[in-house]
Amino acid sequence: MKVALFVPCYVDQFYPQVAIATLEVLEKQGVTVVYPARQTCCGQPMANSGFEHLATGCNENFVENFADCDYIVSPSGSCVLHIKDHLHVESAEEKAASIRRRTYELVEFLTDIVQVKTLTSRFPHRVGLHQSCHGQRGLKLSQMSELVAPPFSKTGQLLGLVEGLELVQLNRADECCGFGGTFCVAEEAVSVKMGKDRVADHEAQGAAFITGNDMSCLMHLEGILRRQNSPMKVVHVAEILNAW
Amino acid sequence: MVSPSQPHPDHATLAEKFNRDEARVDWHDKTLWFIREKRDRAAHTLPEWEDLRETASQIKHRVLDNLHDYLLQFEAQAQRNGVTVHWAATAEEHNQIVHRIIQQAGVTNIVKSKSMLTEECHLNDYLQEKGITVVDTDLGERIVQLAGEPPSHIVLPCIHWKKEEIGELFHRHLGTPAGNADPQFLTGAARAHLRERFMTSRVAITGVNFAVAETGEVVVCTNEGNADLGVQLADVHIACMGIEKIIPERKDLGIFLRLLARSATGQPVTTYSSHFRTPRAGQTMHIVLVDNGRSARLQEESFRHALKCIRCGACMNTCPVYRRSGGHSYHYAIAGPIGAILAPALDMKRHADLPFASTLCGSCTNVCPVKINIHEQLYDWRQVLARQGYVGGVKKIGLTGMAAVLARPRLYRWSGTVGRWFMKSLPALLNNKLNPWYKQREMPAVPKQSFQEWYRQNRQQHGQQR
Repeated sequence: MKVALFVPCYVDQFYPQVAIATLEVLEKQGVTVVYPARQTCCGQPMANSGFEHLATGCNENFVENFADCDYIVSPSGSCVLHIKDHLHVESAEEKAASIRRRTYELVEFLTDIVQVKTLTSRFPHRVGLHQSCHGQRGLKLSQMSELVAPPFSKTGQLLGLVEGLELVQLNRADECCGFGGTFCVAEEAVSVKMGKDRVADHEAQGAAFITGNDMSCLMHLEGILRRQNSPMKVVHVAEILNAW
Repeated sequence: MVSPSQPHPDHATLAEKFNRDEARVDWHDKTLWFIREKRDRAAHTLPEWEDLRETASQIKHRVLDNLHDYLLQFEAQAQRNGVTVHWAATAEEHNQIVHRIIQQAGVTNIVKSKSMLTEECHLNDYLQEKGITVVDTDLGERIVQLAGEPPSHIVLPCIHWKKEEIGELFHRHLGTPAGNADPQFLTGAARAHLRERFMTSRVAITGVNFAVAETGEVVVCTNEGNADLGVQLADVHIACMGIEKIIPERKDLGIFLRLLARSATGQPVTTYSSHFRTPRAGQTMHIVLVDNGRSARLQEESFRHALKCIRCGACMNTCPVYRRSGGHSYHYAIAGPIGAILAPALDMKRHADLPFASTLCGSCTNVCPVKINIHEQLYDWRQVLARQGYVGGVKKIGLTGMAAVLARPRLYRWSGTVGRWFMKSLPALLNNKLNPWYKQREMPAVPKQSFQEWYRQNRQQHGQQR
């Protein structure tokens, strides 16, 4: 099984430790991972702002990098959802379609494809799980509070295998954090207020860490925590799965 | 009357203003979240909830696919019932028709129960200009009417008002004692005030929740009975509805009424679900069927499903942005996620900001009782608006530059290295008030190398370097 690692642009630039953790977690599971060196971005920043038509070059580059592998795995629900829903390349539509089918977010890849039953990780802390909307509602990584349907959580399932980790219950299980791509600056006031409320929910439950499947949400929450001089920290789920 | 071309502050600006009073935002958010939770509890009492949603969605699908036939069937049945049916292509035509009927009745004071369609058409303003006084009889609508404001929510029009403020408003307008904010007392005062209007009004306007093609009847749902009281005491009943309010058969109400009340307020059913089929002896009844852009929408594959909306407001209650920006920040009769996909269809330029007033979290789509893919339509509207040139210059320039970088791996690597160097060496470049991120958030710390750099140094084997 050959897996190509897709590292979102902002993770590459600002959170390399998350990409390293992803790589190592996959390798610990016996997966062969390659990193296509000329990758850049999924194209979502343009598309979510209405400029899908400007993302052509970015999309072509993506297809070029990821056409040749069994699976594409990425530590981001949001970027993966964007690829699965919106990656199109006119001159290589067959390849693009195949990539859309073969792309997985890290956690769902571990639970659904690798079918991880045990982990050798340890994270003895109280942790709150911030469900990123694109991962949760888009990729269905966990049941959504709006629906009348049986509960499940792929991320929760993996975190349950981590030694010492105590998962706290939030008042609002799946409220958005307010990052939202360019929304975070275009609608600064609402974005920050949403983030502050999200942080407050974790604080109220006595969490020492906020984790999640998307570093973008966590980057936004981290920005607020650091401005507030809060002792609470953010940590990507890949870092927890790789912790010992 | 707000003219369509009049410039107005955008959602972000109005939301920023709303957020200056954080305690109020917290209160607004919690009030609406309480209703969202009530809705969840009500939905969970029905194990078949998701099937109900799917069935309702499919019924509405069938309605949209055969709207022409259903409308003609409805018209024929309504006429058989002794109702006069009017067709209005635009909001203006709708207002003219209503005005003409009121003129024919020879009155200048009328009552109106809740109707989002008449809000959409700005009927009150139109009639006021013609010298006709409209009293909104829904308590929440009466409150915002006294305050000279539009509703901020389609089901809970004055959800942004606190009871103390309503006490003060009633003191000024209805002469209640100053400082009395007891909800029961204030409701009693409103009831006495409205009762007098009901008794003297000979024309009553109602909205329509459902129009049954099979029988030609309209169904109006209220919790206060104000639609019934208005209609039963008036000589003339005018029911105003958008053409998408059709449902095929009366039995379909078994689906829709269960969904509507639970989605809207978490009640098992609205207090009054009143069927108006034939005018009573001596009364005349009119139904005004309004298009106002709906048939054009019907032809757009990406956006036609928005016409399934039954106006329950669940998408507003669940929307994390709506809860923290207030209904008025949407500057349209219908606020929240559903308003943000309905409004641009009427006036792209005026409402170009609304599809961007969302994080695309998707909660709206999940609560929608007729399964409208609201968040996907928000995304699609963004594409339409950007292509048509309605998305701001700065954003466009920035994203064009970004797209150019992200299409070129070497340029991307170079920009990343240079960008991180600047962030590290000259933090003041970004850590200043011109950067909206930095206003209330710290910038991410700059790592010593990117993942690509780390990988090349630690993992890349010879021959793989490109």
